[in-house]
Amino acid sequence: MSQYNFGFLDEFAKKEIRRCTIKAVAIPGYQVPYSSREMPMGRGFGTGGLQLTLSLIGENDTLKVIDQGSDDSVNAINLRDFIEMTCPGINTTTSTDKADIIQSRHRIPEKELKEEQLIVLQVPYPDPLVIVEPSEEKRKQMHGEGDYSRLLVKLYEDLIKYKEITISHRYPTRINDGYVIDPSPIPRWDVPKMHQSKALILLGAGREKKIYAVPPYTDAKPLAFDDVPFRVEDFCDKRGKRRACSKCGSVSSFLDEFVDSTNGKTVYQCSDSDYCAEYCAAQSKQPFEESIDG
Amino acid sequence: MDKVLEVKNLSKVYGKGCADCFGLTGPQADTNICPSCGSVVAAHDVSFDLYKGEILGIMGESGSGKSTSVKCLFFDEEPTSGSAVFYDDGKQYNLFTLNAAQQRQLSSRRFGMVYQNPYLGLNFDISAGGNIAERLLMSSISHFGAIRERASSLLQRAEVPTARIDALPKTFSGGMQQRVQIAKALSTYPPLLFLDEVTTGLDLSVQAAILDLIMEIQQEIETAMIVVTHDLGVIRLLAGRTLVMKYGRVIESGLTDQVLEDPQHAYTQRLVASAL
Amino acid sequence: MAYVAVKGGGQALRGTGGALEYLRTCKGESSLDSDAIRHQLRLLHSRVISEGGIFHPELASLAIKQFHGDTLEAAFALRAYRSTVPRLVETPLMDTSKMRITRRISAAFKDIPKGQMLGATNDYQLRLMRMDMLDESPEAFKAVAKKWLCNTREVDIPDTFPKVLDELRKQGLLPAEAASHNLEKPFDITRQPLVFPVPRSAALATMARAEQGSLLAMAYSNMRGYGDVHPTVAELRVGYVPVMLPHLITGELTEIGEIEITECEVVAMYEDTEDAQQQNSKAMFTLGYGACFGHNEVKAISMAILDRALQKGMKDGPSNPSEDPEFVLLHIDGVDSMGFCSHYKMPHYVTFQSDMDRLRTTQNKQNEAAE
Repeated sequence: MSQYNFGFLDEFAKKEIRRCTIKAVAIPGYQVPYSSREMPMGRGFGTGGLQLTLSLIGENDTLKVIDQGSDDSVNAINLRDFIEMTCPGINTTTSTDKADIIQSRHRIPEKELKEEQLIVLQVPYPDPLVIVEPSEEKRKQMHGEGDYSRLLVKLYEDLIKYKEITISHRYPTRINDGYVIDPSPIPRWDVPKMHQSKALILLGAGREKKIYAVPPYTDAKPLAFDDVPFRVEDFCDKRGKRRACSKCGSVSSFLDEFVDSTNGKTVYQCSDSDYCAEYCAAQSKQPFEESIDG
Repeated sequence: MDKVLEVKNLSKVYGKGCADCFGLTGPQADTNICPSCGSVVAAHDVSFDLYKGEILGIMGESGSGKSTSVKCLFFDEEPTSGSAVFYDDGKQYNLFTLNAAQQRQLSSRRFGMVYQNPYLGLNFDISAGGNIAERLLMSSISHFGAIRERASSLLQRAEVPTARIDALPKTFSGGMQQRVQIAKALSTYPPLLFLDEVTTGLDLSVQAAILDLIMEIQQEIETAMIVVTHDLGVIRLLAGRTLVMKYGRVIESGLTDQVLEDPQHAYTQRLVASAL
Repeated sequence: MAYVAVKGGGQALRGTGGALEYLRTCKGESSLDSDAIRHQLRLLHSRVISEGGIFHPELASLAIKQFHGDTLEAAFALRAYRSTVPRLVETPLMDTSKMRITRRISAAFKDIPKGQMLGATNDYQLRLMRMDMLDESPEAFKAVAKKWLCNTREVDIPDTFPKVLDELRKQGLLPAEAASHNLEKPFDITRQPLVFPVPRSAALATMARAEQGSLLAMAYSNMRGYGDVHPTVAELRVGYVPVMLPHLITGELTEIGEIEITECEVVAMYEDTEDAQQQNSKAMFTLGYGACFGHNEVKAISMAILDRALQKGMKDGPSNPSEDPEFVLLHIDGVDSMGFCSHYKMPHYVTFQSDMDRLRTTQNKQNEAAE
């Protein structure tokens, strides 16, 4: 499709996004406003991540796109097809290891990322303060003054009401002991992967027009109390035994749960399809289902 | 004695203001609205010192500028001119030259404020304990158990049944809401506390109990306080020194006994006479 | 298994495109042509052009056809197209008094300079179904326009009109136009994100591209009582404004074409503000302005009312949603709101898994406490 510029966006737009990205890296966790362009897919379908990827990718780069941990979900395919169409000369992969750029919605791969890699997360709500303050103008001031007390009170109120912190995903995380970010709707399971990550983590919100970053080797600490630590999802059964993936048998990955329509039983499977396939291969097991379709 | 606060020539004008504003308003002019430009001179040339453990009363009718002065000091309003220096722990803070973040630091940790309207001082969507927790969390205390304990003991001190720690303030009586506000304001043991008409609108017996509480606290932790009220009784009971304000100006000041026993200004004389 | 079925893959994806194309072509003789969409679905076309924010009548027709008449999707496609084209030049400010008018009314005065001009409007058409249009022959169809042209003399149609507001200004009922208006560079919402507070020009530009229904709902809340604007339409005009660009060689401003726009000015009751009490200031009517591509009267009026409401909110602080710039401007863009609404159809397995984890843990704790 030669009718579009490489990367779909015009060069001016790409340059602006790169400038904002540099600023985001320079001020870890700060939400840099940018004039997010309309993309040919819906706001909310990853246009913020997409604009980051398109303005950073170049020929010979290798791209992996995942949604819910899977390379084969419709949204991931849709995004990958579009990027391939508008960026001739790039390579795509499903392997976390082989990717230079990973664009993801809702997950960070299980496998630890490397220094030379870059992960772009799609963000619906860039501001963690939105749960306590609807006005953007006021939130900006709260960030500026480092005033996160109302967010912490939300945790306090959860504890007195439910004896548990009820925030399940989009867990507010303090970056470099400064700004608190919304880490995108990743599960709590993935939040610790942000801490001292070797790879640069970029977060893009297209509809809300913000870019922010967790630079490599930077602290990322989920908000918690000294005596009520942050906890990730629990995948133990009633007897306290860690559930395993029904495909690969791994007991150390984030699991999706669903009901098998043939026998009505609850089944657990790795959410990260590449991790699952690799784990199967390592034990020379055939994956239960071929997950990538041509 | 240790000085806590030094206020000099504090003025607050609402509106554009003009060169005639100060000359054409005040007690002599019998108005605080500038006839030349229509601006409201809410406070002008207010100066006073406040010392550790002292309670200063500011008395006047509504529109006299007493609340405005305190709101400027607590950063709820921005003054038009004047200065205020806060002395804390060997350091000095020039209040009106601080940036918003620094002001917030002070108001959330070193100052306390109790409003007449509990809606201004409390968050009604969170529990009584949560309200206290919010202030503690602003000052970087991050141990849940410690926060719980402190909130509980503060509520107890303010004579709020600790069993109600997790209840929402809207389920409390007016007097109880004021007690929660006081507990919240005191949670960081601030050296300076502002009380804006805290007993106005409460039953007499409740008023008395709250005033008792304030006096006890003052003796316990030697907090310096500024008490704003139109109620002569409150002034008589609490304040060691008193300023009387009218149309934005301080018209009389001195030891409370002296002001009330031997008022110099005609307005104060009328006030005292009417209260007898 | 159910789960694998959702991992539909590329095949399923391509299938959706095929199904859409089938639905578009399964009935009827031939494809809709651009002209038919532009002229016979004139107001739909106007709406898409205005929300798309790019004046490209042909592509607007295509977008309507391609997205089966969905205004949100069609406007969206125009916007995405715009993302790919570089900006070559900027026109100077347009002078709408040079507008070639097709319709123009004022609700403020019975008699306005050069008179009211009703033009083409549905306002006074009875909303009775015209059954004869169910079966319109090509001959009859063509004859209508021809007959109308024969019966209308060109000299009867004035070209440009003076603005009603100028009259109010002359009488001192409206503040004089601020000289600074023409000097300040308008805020460019396509190049800068909205960071609040924003200038009025940013609000106007955002509303000009806004989704009509959203804009109307916000304005309606203000009209009904969540606001205190009691507007009078000083002037509503529809017509064609010349677009001027400097000539490549001489540099002289030259007309390169014209665009259809709708423009509305509402006058609202004066306010007894602090300023008004001051001696050398006079009470004045206040003004709201609306303008958008195409023929969209409801949109232009809604925009003018909201402009007035937002100016008040910016000055005194908002006392209801329609006066709050953040509330209005961040919730009226069709591309944003529709995209976000649609995204809920996407899989959310992972976040839902986390939700279940929290709920189960909480339930367990509650059970323990109960035991």
